[in-house]
Amino acid sequence: MAQPTFIDARGPRFSAAITTIVLIVALLTRSTFLIIWQLLVFAISAFYSMPNSPYGFVYRRVIAPYLNKRKNFSGQVPTEDSRPPRFAQQMGFGFVLLATVGALSHTWLLFTVATAACIFAAFLNSAFNYCLGCAIYLQGIRIFR
Amino acid sequence: MKSGATVIAILVVATMFGLVSKSNRGRFRVKKNFHPILSRAEIGADLGSVATVLQFSSAFCAPCRATRQILENLTPQFPGIAHIEIDAESHLELVRRLKVHQTPTTLFLDANGQEIGRAVGAPKKSQLVAVLEKLHGAAHVH
Repeated sequence: MAQPTFIDARGPRFSAAITTIVLIVALLTRSTFLIIWQLLVFAISAFYSMPNSPYGFVYRRVIAPYLNKRKNFSGQVPTEDSRPPRFAQQMGFGFVLLATVGALSHTWLLFTVATAACIFAAFLNSAFNYCLGCAIYLQGIRIFR
Repeated sequence: MKSGATVIAILVVATMFGLVSKSNRGRFRVKKNFHPILSRAEIGADLGSVATVLQFSSAFCAPCRATRQILENLTPQFPGIAHIEIDAESHLELVRRLKVHQTPTTLFLDANGQEIGRAVGAPKKSQLVAVLEKLHGAAHVH
């Protein structure tokens, strides 16, 4: 197994919050543009690098410096293994890929269901720090192996 | 208009789901009718002489790391209680037999290796202290 890399634990939650908003607007407006944008963002964060994805970049440049300057900041940046959030990004990529197929083929039921599932997960992640990989990964292995 | 209702429904259901899972997270549950007994061979490490805290973890699990850190700090304060961490993915037989469905799942075993109860999801430090004190106290009564 590859050595785990560690990232700022607050970053993925910020990204999930932006993702939630983008997907809600995409769902409301049936925006093919926004869903493809989100697909690209997930592609970068899932398969290349989370801190270098668009939302990760905004987090590093704008949000993290602000958080670290606040008075109640402990002085220690909370870090986490990058694999759990990366797994969540890959799940998100899968759902948004389905939503993109739905949008491009005008299968709006597929678009709506896939986008809704992704909003559900991204919202739980950002609002409750819910760990999707914890609940789903083991179930997946139990079923498929 | 229709998709507006969809969005509201998703957010309401997700909020309820999030609140319920947050309040259940890490809560110690006593086993009522399913008491598997585990041996040293199955776990791959020595059981504690008083009790064993058996933590199932996986790679895609941030709270597993937090749980491990709390337990690594706590268990040395309770002589005879061992903390053993198991990678769920490479112990699927055991995972199936013990009905472990997500990580972290923390099993509490008595001195014989029999499960007393478990906590699903990352427990808070205070929750773990309470369980460990109970396990330790129970052993001293005997």
